[in-house]
Amino acid sequence: MAQPDNYGFGEEAALLKESARRFFSEKMPTDQLHKLVAGDHRPERDNACHWNRELWQQMIELGWGMLAVPESAGGIGMPAVAVAGLVEELGRAAVPCPLQGTINASYVLAACGAGADTALQEIAAGCSATLAITAGDGGWSGGATEVECVDGKLSGTAWFVQDARKSDRLLVSASGPGGIALYWVASDAPGVGIAPDTIVDLTRDQARVHFDQVVATEVTSNGLAALESAMPAIWTMLAADMVGAAEWQLQTTVEYVGTRQQFDRPLGFFQAVKHPLVNVMIQIDQAKSLVYNAACAIDHEPERAQQLAHMAKASASEAAALASGRSVQCHGGIGFTWECFVHLYFKRQKHSQLLFGDAAWHRSRLADIVIGALA
Amino acid sequence: MSASARKDSPEQAEFRQYCRDWLAANRPPDPTVRLPLSALEIMTDAQLSYLQAWQKAAYDAGLVGCDYPVEVGGGGRKDCQRVANEEMLAARTPYFPNVIGLGMAAPTVFYHATDALKQRLLPRLFSGEDIWCQGFSEPGAGSDLASVQTFAERKGDRWVINGHKVWTSLAHFAEWMILLLRTDKSHKYDGLSYFVVPIRSALGKGVTVRPLIKITGETGFNEVIFDNLEVDDGYRLDELGKGWQVAMTTLLHERGAGELQTPRAGGLKSEGSHTTSAANLIELARNSKRDGRPAAADPLLRDRMMQQLIREHGLAQNQRRARVQALLDHPMRLLLQNKLLASEISQDTAALALEVAGASASLYLGDDNAPARGQWPLAYMNSYGMTIAAGTSEIQRNILGERVLGLAKSK
Repeated sequence: MAQPDNYGFGEEAALLKESARRFFSEKMPTDQLHKLVAGDHRPERDNACHWNRELWQQMIELGWGMLAVPESAGGIGMPAVAVAGLVEELGRAAVPCPLQGTINASYVLAACGAGADTALQEIAAGCSATLAITAGDGGWSGGATEVECVDGKLSGTAWFVQDARKSDRLLVSASGPGGIALYWVASDAPGVGIAPDTIVDLTRDQARVHFDQVVATEVTSNGLAALESAMPAIWTMLAADMVGAAEWQLQTTVEYVGTRQQFDRPLGFFQAVKHPLVNVMIQIDQAKSLVYNAACAIDHEPERAQQLAHMAKASASEAAALASGRSVQCHGGIGFTWECFVHLYFKRQKHSQLLFGDAAWHRSRLADIVIGALA
Repeated sequence: MSASARKDSPEQAEFRQYCRDWLAANRPPDPTVRLPLSALEIMTDAQLSYLQAWQKAAYDAGLVGCDYPVEVGGGGRKDCQRVANEEMLAARTPYFPNVIGLGMAAPTVFYHATDALKQRLLPRLFSGEDIWCQGFSEPGAGSDLASVQTFAERKGDRWVINGHKVWTSLAHFAEWMILLLRTDKSHKYDGLSYFVVPIRSALGKGVTVRPLIKITGETGFNEVIFDNLEVDDGYRLDELGKGWQVAMTTLLHERGAGELQTPRAGGLKSEGSHTTSAANLIELARNSKRDGRPAAADPLLRDRMMQQLIREHGLAQNQRRARVQALLDHPMRLLLQNKLLASEISQDTAALALEVAGASASLYLGDDNAPARGQWPLAYMNSYGMTIAAGTSEIQRNILGERVLGLAKSK
């Protein structure tokens, strides 16, 4: 199946993206974000979870929580290119909320078959969710889980669970008698213990989630297949977030070097500043083009989605790294301080880079597809 | 159905089918002469006449100049050149020899010449009967193009031209030159004017063309010396003193960012032709050995090859996204990256190929044992022509920084 030339990014997608951009810039401008998440600067600060629950409620009312839930389960079932447009805007505003996790869970559940209908309906009704699929060694495929399911009860620990304290539900991978299965659990169910991690990123929270004889609903017995089929969407949406955040970093830095004067010139006059910022733009554009290409593949060309999503996440991780480095460096002394907003995005991007595989990991998987696996 | 065919207008769909049918019946026979990598490296009359015959046939069939009006020799169609280009690429035709004419002179003449001049020049340009060259750079005017010193002095209705142009590709075959020169020495930018000049008829009488030998050992470009060449004022494009603005039209199209789509054919895999692509790089890695194992199995090389593949794919997707309004931040942002990225990506791919090939990378054209007959070192050296010509990569970054990001001008 071929991709439509315009990525299938139609009027509806454009409207969604535009209204998301307006919504976030009105409701969560960067100075407010800074007030919300950066109140305590001490490295040993308590790992409080700062977010605006009311804003999330408004996003739910706009239907954004169920964009990736299929219509058959009561969701909106937007094409992945449209979801990517929204997530790009979310990344530009760096809003702390469980949207990404909810979208990720929607994609995994949509690949699970009938067993996931109830879970999808809950998301469509406004529940947030997150994936609990990672072991202490930090693999993202779901196969190395430290959670076990015995007699329908989960025990063990899921690591690196994103926005765990903002999420109503957990989609857990656990090993059972028939291999890796996926389970749907309320995050406040008896026996679930959330142990927050202290992390660099101020715009997310992360936790280890302990399960002690937790009664859980199995959504599929073939968890690995569902995860594998949803991974391209998960990588692509994270890449879209990074592209949006990187564009914020670029524009903020461009504005600063246009204002800040040294040697009687704005900094941006100097090619040692100008050219690296152009390189940031080039890397962002590459990532952005690859994100919409991958999202379009998810909609129209699923057989190529994995390959193209590897490209998108690898590229976006490079864009995030470059934009982060240049944003701090070009702000000079002020860029090194807590009061300058660039650190919020610097930290969010570092987190996004490693989440669900860094650039080198994705290139390595891409090589296995394109060249063939190493003997 | 191809991805682009799905979005065709009715006119484009019908034209696409026409192109397909025509190409199926009329794709030219493989050349008996060895063709160079691109039209800019054409060295012999035999190469030229084979390629000219092909361009003429394609023009006569309506595949060249499709979007120009009928009155100036075009096809009078709307957004159809892209369709013809895609079909010619798919049919693996040879490339066109008159690249500077099609890519730079034609849009410049179209936007800035009188109707009479357009009608006289464009049909023979499209057909390839008249080869064109570009007289911009000078020994003292490279990146700072506006400092050209070639001077035209008024003599009634005529102008007397003196000066020295360099890096002039195809001048040794060209009938015509687009020429940026100075008509006023007191103003840098506003002292420039733009002419079209018949140089072939003036060879030995005011025009001297001397070949320059490139870093690769190939010929292909020249220096052109004007010694009291007289031309009619009717060959001036646009107003006196507007040369810089006219040159911007040329440069915009040269960098692939212009309004009019350049007619492009290509894809022919003939003896000696070779593209600097990630796919060819990977193929090379499969066939090269490192410590007895295929280079394609070396994790570090795999990572770097994937970096090149991603950049290449990203550029292709940029070109696609440039047509999707809702996904653009600035109308020129992607278009102005085209030339910079294409040249730097192929340079880095070629450089990596020379590492992948190991000791064999030392073997050059004509050596029987050279991988890809020595095309990789040739492509690597030639790639510097691409990162220097048409505005160096450094100038491209200035343009992007200033026009797109709005940073303070460096000049």
